Amino acid sequence: MSTTERYIAEIGALARKLAPGPVRLMEVCGTHTVSIARSGIRDILPENIAMLSGPGCPVCVTPDSVIDAAIQLAARPDVIIATFGDMVKVPGTEKSLERARAEGADVRMIYSPMDGLEIARQHPDRKVVFIAAGFETTQPGNALTIERAKAEGLKNYFVIAAGKLIPPAMRALLEDKEAHIDGFLCPGHVSVIIGANAYRPIAREYGKPCVVAGFEPEEIIEGIAMLLRMLAEGKSGVEIQYKKAVDNEGNAKAREILDRVYYAGDTEWRGLGMIPKSGFLLRPEYAEFDALAHFGIELRPSRARKGCRCGEVLQGKIAPFECPLFGKGCTPEHPIGPCMVSGEGTCGAYYRYNRKKV
Amino acid sequence: MCLAVPAKVIEITGNRGVVSVQGNNVKADFTMLNDVKVGDFVLIHAGFAIKKYDPEDAREILRIWDEIREKT
Amino acid sequence: MMKENRILLAHGGGGTMMHNLIGETILGKLGNPILNALGDSAVIQISNQRIAFTTDSFVVRPLFFNGGDIGRLAVCGTVNDLAMAGARPLFLSLGFIIEEGLESEVFERVVESIRLTAEEARVMVVTGDTKVVEKGKADGIFVNTSGIGVIRPGVVISAGRVKAGDVVMINGNMGDHGIAVISRREGLAFETEITSDCTPLNHLVSRILDSCEDIHFFRDPTRGGVAATLNEVADQAKVRLELFEKDLPVNPHTQAACDMLGFDPLYVPNEGKMIVICEAADAERVLGVMREDANGRDTAIIGRVTEEGEGVVLLHTKVGGKRIVDMPYGEQLPRIC
Repeated sequence: MSTTERYIAEIGALARKLAPGPVRLMEVCGTHTVSIARSGIRDILPENIAMLSGPGCPVCVTPDSVIDAAIQLAARPDVIIATFGDMVKVPGTEKSLERARAEGADVRMIYSPMDGLEIARQHPDRKVVFIAAGFETTQPGNALTIERAKAEGLKNYFVIAAGKLIPPAMRALLEDKEAHIDGFLCPGHVSVIIGANAYRPIAREYGKPCVVAGFEPEEIIEGIAMLLRMLAEGKSGVEIQYKKAVDNEGNAKAREILDRVYYAGDTEWRGLGMIPKSGFLLRPEYAEFDALAHFGIELRPSRARKGCRCGEVLQGKIAPFECPLFGKGCTPEHPIGPCMVSGEGTCGAYYRYNRKKV
Repeated sequence: MCLAVPAKVIEITGNRGVVSVQGNNVKADFTMLNDVKVGDFVLIHAGFAIKKYDPEDAREILRIWDEIREKT
Repeated sequence: MMKENRILLAHGGGGTMMHNLIGETILGKLGNPILNALGDSAVIQISNQRIAFTTDSFVVRPLFFNGGDIGRLAVCGTVNDLAMAGARPLFLSLGFIIEEGLESEVFERVVESIRLTAEEARVMVVTGDTKVVEKGKADGIFVNTSGIGVIRPGVVISAGRVKAGDVVMINGNMGDHGIAVISRREGLAFETEITSDCTPLNHLVSRILDSCEDIHFFRDPTRGGVAATLNEVADQAKVRLELFEKDLPVNPHTQAACDMLGFDPLYVPNEGKMIVICEAADAERVLGVMREDANGRDTAIIGRVTEEGEGVVLLHTKVGGKRIVDMPYGEQLPRIC
C-alpha cells in the first residue's frame, strides 16, 4: 500500500469514529480548492466528511469597487495597468479589465511586481498602476518593489493596495454564529511567511484543529488525515504537514519588510464585508504610491448582484451548485460573480472539474 | 494560494540572481532570505525567493526531480 | 448565448468562445455541409478524387523561438491539417502581411525556414501573395498558408467513426510548443531547454495508414491543447472519453514551467502532436508502428472511449479520484495570487 493509500484508509477509519458527524473542514486557500477539485479528492472522502471552500482566493475577495477603480484608471491614456493574470477577467460593476483592454486600455499581465517597476522605468511619460492584490505570500514582494521605487525616486509607479491577511478572515468566519467549521486546512505558502504560530491564537480561542498542508493531492490527503486525527482525539491546535517549507516562526525578514511599508487596516472583502485589520494598507511614508489617492478616486460602496451568492460561497455556507446562478447565467465565460472567474475561485473550480456527476 | 515552486540557485550577485526550476532559468530576488549561495534550494514565488530549504529537504527535492526525469 | 459587442483575445483561444464565434457568426452566415463538418481540412470530391483543402494563419509572437519560427509553423500547421484528414499534402499557397520596417534579414530567415520545412514535408509552395502595411499594423509579419492534398482511398477519418471500445493515443509529450513560445514572451521571459515540437506529421501519418487504413480519427491538438481536441471529438462523436492521469506524457521541464506559471499541460498548444483514435484490436500494431517513427518514439495510450451517449472527457486522477477535463474557456491565464 502506498503512503497515500494508507492515509486514505486512515481517513476512512477516523470518519467512522467521528460518525455520524457531519465533519466540516475548510480549506482556506484557493490553490487548495483547485488542487482538491482537480484531483477529485471529494470522491474519495467518506460521506460524513465535507470540505468547505473558503475565501482564500485573492481575486474573488477583491471588491467590485476596486476593479471599477482600476477600469476608471485604465481608461486614461497616460495610464498602464499592470496586474497578475487572473485579475483581468474579474467583472466590475459594468465590465472587466479584459473588456477594457479590448476597448483600447493598456492592460498588461505581469508575473512579478518587479516587472511593473520595469515598465515604469521604460515609460517615464506614462503612469504605471499595479493592482497589488494577494495575501501574505505575495505582499512582501509587492512591498519590496514599492521600497525600490522610492529608493530610485520613481514618480510614475503606483499601486492599488488591495492585499489582505488570512488570519483575520478565519476569525471573521468563526465569529459567524451560522458557521459550522470543525477544522482548517491552512494555506501552505502564506504560512511560509507568517509561520504556523500565526494560527495558534485562533486554534486556542475557538478550540479548532488546524493543519498547514502542501498543495499536492497526496499532501492534502495527509493533511486531512491529520485534522481528523486531532478531531478524533478531541485536540485543538496547529500541526504542520508541509514541513519542508513551513515552520512555526515563518520568515521574519519578509514580515519586517511588510511592516515597513504596510499597516493592517480595516478592509472590505467581497462577500464577507468589512473585516477589521485585514488589509495591507500603505503607511503614510509611502502614501505617494497610493494610486487611489494620487488620482483622486474614491472607492464606491459595492452593490450585490441580484441572485449572486458568492458571499455565502466564500464563507463556506453553501456549495456552488446551491447558488441559483451556478451554470445558468454564471459560467466561466460569462461570470457574474468573482468565484466563477478566477482559476482559484470555488465556483470556477467546481464548474470546470466537478460539475457533471460522472 | 500561491504558485511557489522549488528552485535551485545557479547565479547570485548581492540580492539578485538566477534560479533553475527543473531546467527553466528565471530571474530571482533573494532580499527576503539570509546567506543564500549557489547550489542552495529555495522556494520561489512571483520572482522572489521566500524560503531556503534545509540541505536534507533540498536533497529530497532533487531526488524527486531525478525520479520524474527517469520515469519519462 | 450572450453576444459580445467586441472581439476579445479569448475568441482566438481555441476554446468555447472561439467555437461560439464560429458557430454563430461564421456558420450562421456561411454554413454549408462541407464547412459545417469543421474538420481540420475540408473534404471535397473532385472527379473521383477526394481532396483535402485547408487554411491557417500564423500570428505567433515572438517570430523566432526554441525549435522553430513563424515560417516553420506556417508550413507544419497546414501540412498537418491535411495529414489529419488522411491526405497526402501536395501544394501550399503562401500569403504574407508584412509590417513596414521589418528587417529584410528577418524576412529572409522566415522564407528560408519555409523552404527547409517544405522540403522536409515534401510539399511545394506554388502560389502566394505579399502585402505590406504601415508600421504598427502587423506586429512584424503575419503569414497565411492554404494547402491541398489527396486523401488516400479507403481512408475515412471522421469523428463519426469513433465508438465505444476505441483506444486513444498521442505521439509524445504535451505542451512543449506553448511553453517554448511563452518563454520568449516579453514580461515572462525565462530560459529553458524546452523546444517547440513543431514538425510535419505527414510521414508519420503515412506510416500509420500503411499499417492500418481503418483509423477512426486523427487530430492535431494545437490551440487549446489536448483538452480542446478531445472535447471536440467527444462532442462531435457524442462519446465518453476516459483518460488516466498517470499515462499522460509530459516532459518534466515542461511540467515544471507549467507549475511555475499556473498552466495545465493538457491545455497548452502543441505543433507536432497528433491524437490517434483506433479500434482496440488495431491499437498494439499502431502503437508499434508509431514508435518506430522519429516523431512517434514517445507514443502513449492515454485513454479509451468507454460509452456512447453524452460527449464528456473524464480524467482518473493519480489519487483515485475523477474529474472532468473541460473545454478551455478562453485564453489560459497565468495563475498567480
